[in-house]
Amino acid sequence: MVVTASEGSHTEVEEGHPPTATGLSNEKVAMWAFLGSECLLFGALISTYLLFRGRSTPGTITPSDVYDILFTSVSSFVLLMSSLTMVLALAAIQRGDHRRLRVWLLATALLGGTFVAGQMYEFTIFYSEGLKISTNLFGSSFFVLTGFHGAHVTIGVLMLLSLWSLSVRGKLPTHRSETVELVGLYWHFVDVVWIVIFTLVYLIP
Amino acid sequence: MTIVTEPTRTTPVLPDEPVRLLRRPTGYTKGMWGWITTVDHKKIGIMYGVTAFVFFLLGGLEALLLRVQLGSPESTFLSADTYNQVFTMHGTTMIFLFVIPLSAAFANYMMPIQIGARDVAFPRLNAFGFWVFLVGGLFMYSSFLLGGAPNGGWFGYAPNTLKNFSAGNNIDFWVFGLQILGIASLTGAVNLIVTAINMRAPGMSLFRMPIFTWMALISQFLLLFAIPVITVALFLLMFDRQFGANFFNAQAGSDPLLWQHLFWLFGHPEVYILILPAMGIVSEVIPVFARKPLFGYQVMVFSGIAIGFMGWGVWAHHMFASGLGPVATSAFAASTLFIAVPTGVKIFNWLATLWRGKIRLTSPLLFAVGFVAMFTIGGLSGVTHGIVPADTQQTDTYYVVAHFHYVLFGGSVFGLFAGIFFWYPKVTGHMLSEKLGKWQFWLFMIGFNMTFGPFHILGLQGMPRRIYTYPANMGWDFWNLFATVGSFVIAAAVLLFMYNVWVSRKNPDAGNDPWDARTLEWTIPSPPPEYNFAEVPLVTARDDFWHQKYTEDEDGRSVPRQAGQTSPEAETEALVRAAVDEGDGTGNGQQAAADENGGDPADGGDSHADDGDGHADDEPHIHLPSPSYWPAFTSVGLAVICYGMIYRVWAVAALGGLWVLGGLYAWALEPATAPDEPDPGRELEPAGSVPERNAGSVPERNAGSGPSAPSSPGPEQA
Repeated sequence: MVVTASEGSHTEVEEGHPPTATGLSNEKVAMWAFLGSECLLFGALISTYLLFRGRSTPGTITPSDVYDILFTSVSSFVLLMSSLTMVLALAAIQRGDHRRLRVWLLATALLGGTFVAGQMYEFTIFYSEGLKISTNLFGSSFFVLTGFHGAHVTIGVLMLLSLWSLSVRGKLPTHRSETVELVGLYWHFVDVVWIVIFTLVYLIP
Repeated sequence: MTIVTEPTRTTPVLPDEPVRLLRRPTGYTKGMWGWITTVDHKKIGIMYGVTAFVFFLLGGLEALLLRVQLGSPESTFLSADTYNQVFTMHGTTMIFLFVIPLSAAFANYMMPIQIGARDVAFPRLNAFGFWVFLVGGLFMYSSFLLGGAPNGGWFGYAPNTLKNFSAGNNIDFWVFGLQILGIASLTGAVNLIVTAINMRAPGMSLFRMPIFTWMALISQFLLLFAIPVITVALFLLMFDRQFGANFFNAQAGSDPLLWQHLFWLFGHPEVYILILPAMGIVSEVIPVFARKPLFGYQVMVFSGIAIGFMGWGVWAHHMFASGLGPVATSAFAASTLFIAVPTGVKIFNWLATLWRGKIRLTSPLLFAVGFVAMFTIGGLSGVTHGIVPADTQQTDTYYVVAHFHYVLFGGSVFGLFAGIFFWYPKVTGHMLSEKLGKWQFWLFMIGFNMTFGPFHILGLQGMPRRIYTYPANMGWDFWNLFATVGSFVIAAAVLLFMYNVWVSRKNPDAGNDPWDARTLEWTIPSPPPEYNFAEVPLVTARDDFWHQKYTEDEDGRSVPRQAGQTSPEAETEALVRAAVDEGDGTGNGQQAAADENGGDPADGGDSHADDGDGHADDEPHIHLPSPSYWPAFTSVGLAVICYGMIYRVWAVAALGGLWVLGGLYAWALEPATAPDEPDPGRELEPAGSVPERNAGSVPERNAGSGPSAPSSPGPEQA
């Protein structure tokens, strides 16, 4: 008698339907559960930002002093486009096109990296204009909220580059396309969170 | 349900493994490394249990110190600062290092077996969770040697915990220690949720799941959503303390209630995280010893789910005295009173289960009944906290201390001890002494009520919490001394338990099913073999094992099945098995494996129906996940990061970061998960079958999964 369902890595299937009680792979259920948990993480951070909006000590730097909406809109657009390339990467591996998979993975990582670089540039500018984490409530809540998001994007870029490297070494065969799908789930989640942050933090005055 | 046959464990054959820098441990690694590298949910469960018990002793020792200090007025036994450290560590230890991990121990050990699985969904992640918990606990306790333990209470109210008011590193150890423990809880939660959702044996539908598994599942969902909230709170506090942020700085215009909201939005679900597993244990124990099915199983499940949902809407009742305003206060008062309803439903269901049962008054049942009684008292004093005027009077008095000890000690601890006595023979193969167990129960019961009962009176007399001493003329002397005596009675009961465990080594073998119990874990040997089930069970009913042993006469009474008499379930088993194979992947895996073993598909289908003899030639051949160095390795890096952060040696913190990152990559890339290599997992098989097995080991990987896997049964099985 052999049952191979004892570890997730033993259960990968060509069609992505390993033998589990729900028919979903363990990894996919785990990723959804993890993302559920992440919702609360960002929920608490965003609530903190909103709670402190407009409560900074009068006379200190306010958002309208430092925000460059045009610049952030462009970097947001870059991040949104990375979701498109992520989808193309998944589609490529699902039809067995490993060359395009690698192209789109790199493109996604590059777009994500551009976003992070833009954020670092923005932080530097804000800092030079006198906004530090200790300046006022705006500084504290802005840097922590967007910094957490930036850290998530950075982890995503690391995962994308790892996938690319696996694929280059031939360790990402077509039947493991779900791995790309899972990284994609994470990536899209981080993107959606940015839409919320961008709207609440930058756009709504 | 098929009968379990033990595969012959002769010389194990290990397949060739590619030579690596560090070979993956083989699974036959013994001794200390066997424990460090294990990914077996049972060994991990035992490690969780033993570690949690050691922390229980530490937390108990701290409690005794507190009680000695408060036993007499104007005592100088502890200084005010030491008292603060001891009461903070008592609370933090009992909640984060004892009750949560001991519940995790039961969930880890029992949940996979109760649902008929061979391990959890992510065995290495499971090991990682344990090691992170251990590292977090040791990290926090290392503060005693490094300048003083946390001293801001288990709730760590900011702004009191900011640098201005709490200089020194005490609070930092608390902040970073809880972050580490949060990672342990979060990974454990994801893992156990996926296990319960995805790893159920064929036929184990959600509403056939044993009630303990259900309650553990609900509490893991609560952990999943509650942990990130405290993670954020702790990060904000960390940024305030380490980097001068202003989140809790009132001078900069922040709201000092932010911490309370975030902490209790985590803290109140946390209360149910602590109690739900104990409720699950009690719901397993009572039916076994009342010899009746659990009264209102579905209602029990749904009331557990209701508690899980409503637990998110009551947190502000911890903050009634903070001036939230009448609307918020009224809303939270109503929800607090309302959550007593599903809890009350559970209590009446336990009573109804006992009602007219054939009760065997064993020590597990004593502890379970003790749970019901003491938890009811704690629940009722909880309802009084929902009444805002009364709560305003009681806030920060010993009345609150009495309440939460009745639900956490009278509730969780009694329930967990019921579980320990109930499952001890399954885990070790030996019974605990019933006589000593009953002595322990009564000592516990008396000591517990002596200690915490008087707190109600003291609280109503106005004795505040968190004071390290009090003047002699307050009228509090007698009950404080009385409580201190009671706490030593509890200590004696714990020593008696340890003696009981020690002498149990010599007790005779318990056998598979010493209690005549109802669920799957009792169908397998004690202690269970590494692979749990020689054949994955097919579940045909709730309390499946009970239905194999008993049937009902015309009056609805349980009567033992005659030898040779098969249950209707068993008669239809072949049919069901075939049907399950059709729709369920696990069945497919077995089916495919049977094919790979060279049997033709028809044989595979038939062999499920007979009761074990047919498996002699089936060559048990069970893949178990391979042990790994990396979970333990990676977890240590977290402590390195945190020490670096506390002492502001950024190089050390960066080293810790690289340590964790490197550990994670090594983990992800170690042999078994590399896609194109032969499975280095152990294979248990008779030595005689070596040649063809080795030859078959590569396609084996894909057997359950490849396109050749029969997703529809052959005509022979239909």
